[in-house]
Amino acid sequence: MIQFAWLIPVLPIIAFAVIVFLTRRMQMVSALTAIVAMAGSLIIAIGVLVQVFSTNITIAEPVELVVRWLEVPGSLLIEAGVLIDPLSSVMLFVVTSIAFLIMIYSIGYMKGDPGFSVFFAYLSLFSTSMLGLVISNNYFLTFMFWELVGLSSYLLIGFYWNKDSASDASKKAFITNRVGDFGFMLGMFFLFLLFGTFNFQELSVAIPAFANKTLLTIVALLVFVGPIAKSAQFPLHVWLPDAMEGPTPVSALIHAATMVAAGVYLLARGFVLFESAKTALLIIAIIGGFSAVFAATIGLVQRDIKRILAFSTMSQLGYMVMAIGLGSITAGMFHLTTHAFFKALLFLGAGSVIHAVHTQDIFEMGGLAKKMKTTTWTFLIGSLSLAGIFPLAGFWSKDEILVTALNAGEIFGVPFLGPLFLTLGLLVAFMTAFYMFRLIFVAFFGSEQAGQEAHESPISMTFPLVILAVFAIFAGFIGTPFTDNGFAAWVYYGHPHLPEPNYFIMIFSTIVAFAGILFAWIIYGKKAISAEKLAVRFSAIHTLLYNKYYIDEAYQWFFDKVFLRIADGCRWFDRTIVDGIADGFGDGLREMGARLRFIQTGNLQNYALVIFAAVVIIALWLAVPVLGGI
Amino acid sequence: MDGFPILLSIVLAPIIGALIIILIPEKDEMVIKITAALATFVSLVLSLYAFITYDKSVGGLQFLQDFIWVERFGINLSFGVDGISLPLVLLTAIVIFTGVFASWDMKNRSKEFFVFLLVLVAGVFGVFVSRDLFWFYLFFEVAVIPMYVLIGVWGSTRKEYAAMKLTIYLLVGSAFALIGIIALYLYAKGQLGYGTFDIATLSTVNFDIAFQKFAFFLMMIGFGFLVPMWPLHTWSPDGHVAAPTAVSMLHAGVLMKLGGYGLIRAGVFLFPIGAKFWAPLIAVLCIVNVVYGAMVAMVQKDLKFVIGYSSVSHMGYVLLGIASMNYLSLDGAVAQMFAHGIMTALFFALVGNVYHKAHTREIAAFGGLAHQMPRVAAGFLIGGLASLGLPGLNNFVAEALIFLGSWRVEKILFGFLHFRVLSILAIFGVVVTAIYVLRVVQKVFFGPRNPKWDHLTDAKGVEMVPIVILVGVLLLFGIFPSLLIDTINVGIEPLVAKIAAAVEIGGIF
Amino acid sequence: MVGLNEYLIFAAILFCIGLYGAVAKKNAVAVLMGIELMLNSVNINLIAFNRFLTPSEVTGQVFAIIVVVVAAAEVAVGLALILNIYRQRLTTDVNDLDWLKW
Repeated sequence: MIQFAWLIPVLPIIAFAVIVFLTRRMQMVSALTAIVAMAGSLIIAIGVLVQVFSTNITIAEPVELVVRWLEVPGSLLIEAGVLIDPLSSVMLFVVTSIAFLIMIYSIGYMKGDPGFSVFFAYLSLFSTSMLGLVISNNYFLTFMFWELVGLSSYLLIGFYWNKDSASDASKKAFITNRVGDFGFMLGMFFLFLLFGTFNFQELSVAIPAFANKTLLTIVALLVFVGPIAKSAQFPLHVWLPDAMEGPTPVSALIHAATMVAAGVYLLARGFVLFESAKTALLIIAIIGGFSAVFAATIGLVQRDIKRILAFSTMSQLGYMVMAIGLGSITAGMFHLTTHAFFKALLFLGAGSVIHAVHTQDIFEMGGLAKKMKTTTWTFLIGSLSLAGIFPLAGFWSKDEILVTALNAGEIFGVPFLGPLFLTLGLLVAFMTAFYMFRLIFVAFFGSEQAGQEAHESPISMTFPLVILAVFAIFAGFIGTPFTDNGFAAWVYYGHPHLPEPNYFIMIFSTIVAFAGILFAWIIYGKKAISAEKLAVRFSAIHTLLYNKYYIDEAYQWFFDKVFLRIADGCRWFDRTIVDGIADGFGDGLREMGARLRFIQTGNLQNYALVIFAAVVIIALWLAVPVLGGI
Repeated sequence: MDGFPILLSIVLAPIIGALIIILIPEKDEMVIKITAALATFVSLVLSLYAFITYDKSVGGLQFLQDFIWVERFGINLSFGVDGISLPLVLLTAIVIFTGVFASWDMKNRSKEFFVFLLVLVAGVFGVFVSRDLFWFYLFFEVAVIPMYVLIGVWGSTRKEYAAMKLTIYLLVGSAFALIGIIALYLYAKGQLGYGTFDIATLSTVNFDIAFQKFAFFLMMIGFGFLVPMWPLHTWSPDGHVAAPTAVSMLHAGVLMKLGGYGLIRAGVFLFPIGAKFWAPLIAVLCIVNVVYGAMVAMVQKDLKFVIGYSSVSHMGYVLLGIASMNYLSLDGAVAQMFAHGIMTALFFALVGNVYHKAHTREIAAFGGLAHQMPRVAAGFLIGGLASLGLPGLNNFVAEALIFLGSWRVEKILFGFLHFRVLSILAIFGVVVTAIYVLRVVQKVFFGPRNPKWDHLTDAKGVEMVPIVILVGVLLLFGIFPSLLIDTINVGIEPLVAKIAAAVEIGGIF
Repeated sequence: MVGLNEYLIFAAILFCIGLYGAVAKKNAVAVLMGIELMLNSVNINLIAFNRFLTPSEVTGQVFAIIVVVVAAAEVAVGLALILNIYRQRLTTDVNDLDWLKW
C-alpha cells in the first residue's frame, strides 16, 4: 500500500478540481465526490498504517518515495517526496478519518447553504494541504503545504464572506499565520544554508553532528515561530478564537482537530533540530506551558460555546507543545491523536447544538439534555475525555504528558523544572474540567429557555458524533501503560520510552479533574455560589479575562497607530519628496524657459545683429591661428 | 520548421497585423479586434513553439537569424533567444494576447488603439529577441513612443501628465543606457579592431576595471529607470493608473521587465566586475523598493495605485535577485519577472473589467462586489494570492529562489550591514504584501451585498479569456516549476560562469 | 594704382553701410535696401578676388551672378511680404513687426 501513499493527498485535490469545474451546480454530487475521494484516502491511509505497523518501519528508517520537482544544477534540488514512518502514518490516519467523518456531518449541517458545493471543494482542498503537509519528506514541501493549509483555513473561515466579521477573521488568521511563516521561512533557509538540503532524513543525520549550538538554537527558534502561529501559541494565538466565525464543521476539522495540530506535528517531525538545541527546547516548553494556562484562564469566562472550545483547543495545544518541548514527541503526538478525536466530537456537538438553537451564547441555551439525547451524551463523553477522566482517551494521553512534565528536571538538568511544569499541567487540567462542565451545566442541564424549539439533528450529523465518541472513549487504549505502551513503542524518536504506570500522577490528576467538575457543579449546577457575584467581586480579573487580556486590542493599536502611520508617512514621502523632486526638475526647467523667453524680443533687426556679431566672433576666432595673433 | 524565421515572425506578426488594421475601415470594429487577436495569436503560438522546442541540452542562443544592416558600423539585425529571453518572449506573447481580449470593449477610436498597441508589442518582442545592442535600443524606443500616445489618448486620471512623465522618465533612462552602449561600442572597437554591436562578441572583450565600473553604472541607472529602481520609480504608479487596461497589462507585465532583462543582459553579462562593484547599491535600493513599495501600497485609495505600488515592490525582488549574483538568485530574478508579469497582467485585466463597468476604482466605494462579480473576485483573489507568494502559484517559486539565493550571500555592506539582513527585510516584505493584498480583497469583494453595484455584470465570454489563461499559467508553472526553471537554468549558467570568473574588487561600500 | 586692397576696403565700407541700414533702419523697405547693399559688397569682393587672384578662372564671376539672381528673387519676395504687411497693418516700421515675441 505504501507505494500508493502519494495518492492520499492527491485524491482530494482531484475532488476539488472536479467540484470547482464540473459539479458545482449539483450539490449532492459535489458532496459525494468529496466524500468518495476522502474515503479513498482513508482506505489508503489505513492500508499504510497497517503496513507500517506490521513491518519494521521506524522513524529512523522510514520509506521515502520521491520525484524531482525543482532543480537548479549544483545549487538546489527539491523533491516532491513522500515520507512514510509511524509518525506520518498515524497522522495520516487521524486526518483522513476525521476529515471523512466531518464531510459526512457537513451534509446535514450545510444543507440548504448556497455555498454547499464550494464548501466541499474547500474541505477537499484543505484535506490535500493537510495530508501533503503530513506526508512530505522535506521542509520546503512541508512549508508549501503549510501555507496552503493557511489558505484553506482563510477560505473556510471566510466562508460566510458577506459577513464582515467573518472576512475580518479570515484575514486576521492568514496574516497572523504569515507572521509565523516568516519565521519558519527564515529558519528553513538557515537550515538550507547550513546543511544544503531540506530533506528531513538527510537533516536528521547532519544536524546532530553540527557543532555551533548557538546558531542551531536560533534556527530552531525561528522554525518554531511557524508552529507558534499555526498552533495558536502565545503570542500569535489571536486568530484562533476569531476563526470560529467559520462554519462549525470547519472549526472542528481545521481549528480543533487537524490544522492547528500541524504545528505540533512539525515540532515532532523536525524534532532532531529541536533536540539538538536544548535551550530552544526549553523555550518551546515554556511557551507551550504558558499558552496552556493563559488560554485556560480565558476559557473560564467566555460565553460563546465555540469560543470556549477554541480557547480549550489553544490550551490543549499548549499542552502538546509543552510535551514536545519537554522532549517527548510520544506524549505530544499521543495527546494530539486523542485530542483530535474528542475535540472534533465536541465541536461537532457544539455545531449540532447551534444548528438546533441558532445561538452560540451558552447562557441563551439550557435544558438541551432533554431535547437532544445523542448530542448531549456524546458531548458529555467528549468533555469527560477532555477533562481527563479515567478511562477515557484524554486521561491516558494527559497522564503521559504529566509524567513527562514530572521528569522535566532530568532533561534540562534543572531539578525544580519538574514540579513547575507538573503544577502548570495540573492547573490546566483543573481549569479544563471546570470550564467544560460550566458549559455543560449551563447549556445542557440549566433551566430551559422559553420559546426555544430545539430538536435532535439529522442522522448524518449524529452518526459522526457517535463514531467520534467511540474513539474518544477507546482511542486512549493504544497507549496506556497497561496495554504495553503500544503508541510509545511505535512513535518515538531515538529509543522508545516506555513508562511504568505512575499511579501517583493518575490518581492525582483524576482528583484534580473531579475537583474542577465539582466546582463547576457548585457554581453552575447547584448554583450554591452565584456566578454573577463572583464576577462582580473579581470584576477586574473577570473583565481582563473576558477581553482576552486585551491582546487583540494591543495588536490593533499597533497596527493602526504605528504600522499604518508609518505606511502613511511613506506615502507622503513618496508623493511629496521623491515625486516632488522629479516634478521639481520639470517645473524648474519650465521656469527657466519662462525666464529665458524674454530674450526673444521679436524684433528681427535684433536677431540679425546678434547673428552678425556671432559670425564676426567666430570668424575672428578661426582667423587667429591662421594670422598668428593680432 | 527548420529554417523558418520564427523570431522574425514573432516580431513581424504584430506589425503586419497593424498594417492590415490600417486598411480596415474604422466602423468594422469587430474585424479590427479579430485581426489584432489573430496577429497576437500568431506570436503566441510561435513563442510557445520556440519555448517548447528550445533545446535545453544544447543551450545558448538558438533560432538564430541574421540580416546585415549597416556593415560599416557592425550593426546587424540579428535575432536569437536563450534561456533568459525565451521566457520573457513567451510572457510578452501571453500578456499581449490576453491584453487584446481585455480591451475588447474599446469603443473610442479602436482602430488607432490597436495599431499603436501592436506596434508597441512588436517593439517589446524586438528587444527580447535582439542579439544586437543597437537594435535592442532601437526596439526599445519603438516600444516607448506608442506608449505615450496610448496613455495620452486612451488613458484616465491625469493621463497627459502621466504620459508625459512616463515618456520623459523612460527616455532619460534610455539616454543613460545609450551613452553606455556607445561607450561600450567604442571601447570594444578599440580592442577588437572592428566595430560590432553583437552582444556575444562584446562579451568576449576584456573590459578594464575602470571602464566596467563606469559602464555598469550607466546601465544601472538607465535600466534602473525602467525596472523601476527606487527612487526612480514614481513614473510607474502614475503610468499604471493612467494607462488603459491593455496598456497597463503590457506596461506592468512586460515593459518593466525590459529593465531587468537589460540589466542582466547588457549589465551583469557584459560587465561582471562592474556589477560586483555596484551590486551593494542595488541591493540596498531594492530593499527600499520591496518594503517601502509595499507600505505605500497599503495606504492607497485607488485600486490601480495599489497594484502600481505592488509592482514597485515586486520588482524589488527582481533587483535583489540580480544584486545577489548567484545561480539561485538570478534564476529567481528571471522567474520572478515572468511570474510577476503574468500576475500583474491578471490584476490589471480584472481592475480594468471592474473600472469599465463601475466607472470608479476607489476602494472605499466598493464592498461585497463578490456578490455581483464572483468570477472577477475569484480571479482577483488568485492574483492576490500569487502576489503574496502562495505556494502552488508561480510567484512563490520565483520568490523562494531569490530568497534562497540572497540568503547565501556572505557580504557585509558598509562594514556592518550583513547582506542577510537585507534578505530578512525582503522576506518581511512578503508579510506586508499579505496585509495589503488581503485588505484590498476584503474591502472590495467581501462584505454584505451593496445594491449600488447591482447593475454590474460578472465577467463572461471574451472577458474570461484573460482570466482563464493567466490563472492557468500561474497554476501550471506554480505546480510544475521545472517547466520554466529548467529553461532559465540553461540561460543563467553561462552568466554564472562569467560572474565566477570575474575578479572581486570590493563593492562600492 | 587701384589694387585689391582698395576694392576690399571699398567693399567693407559698403558692407558696413548696408549692415547699418539692415540693423538700424525703421522702414522695412530701407532694411531691404541695406541687405541689397551688403549683398552687392560681397559681389564686389568676389569679382575683385577673381580678378586679382585667379584671373584665369571665372568662379568668382559665376558666384556674383548667382548672388545677383538670388538677391533679385529675395527682393521680390521681400517686397511682396512688406506690401502684404503694409496692407494688413498700415505700417512698415520694423519695430512694430514683433509678433514672434513671446
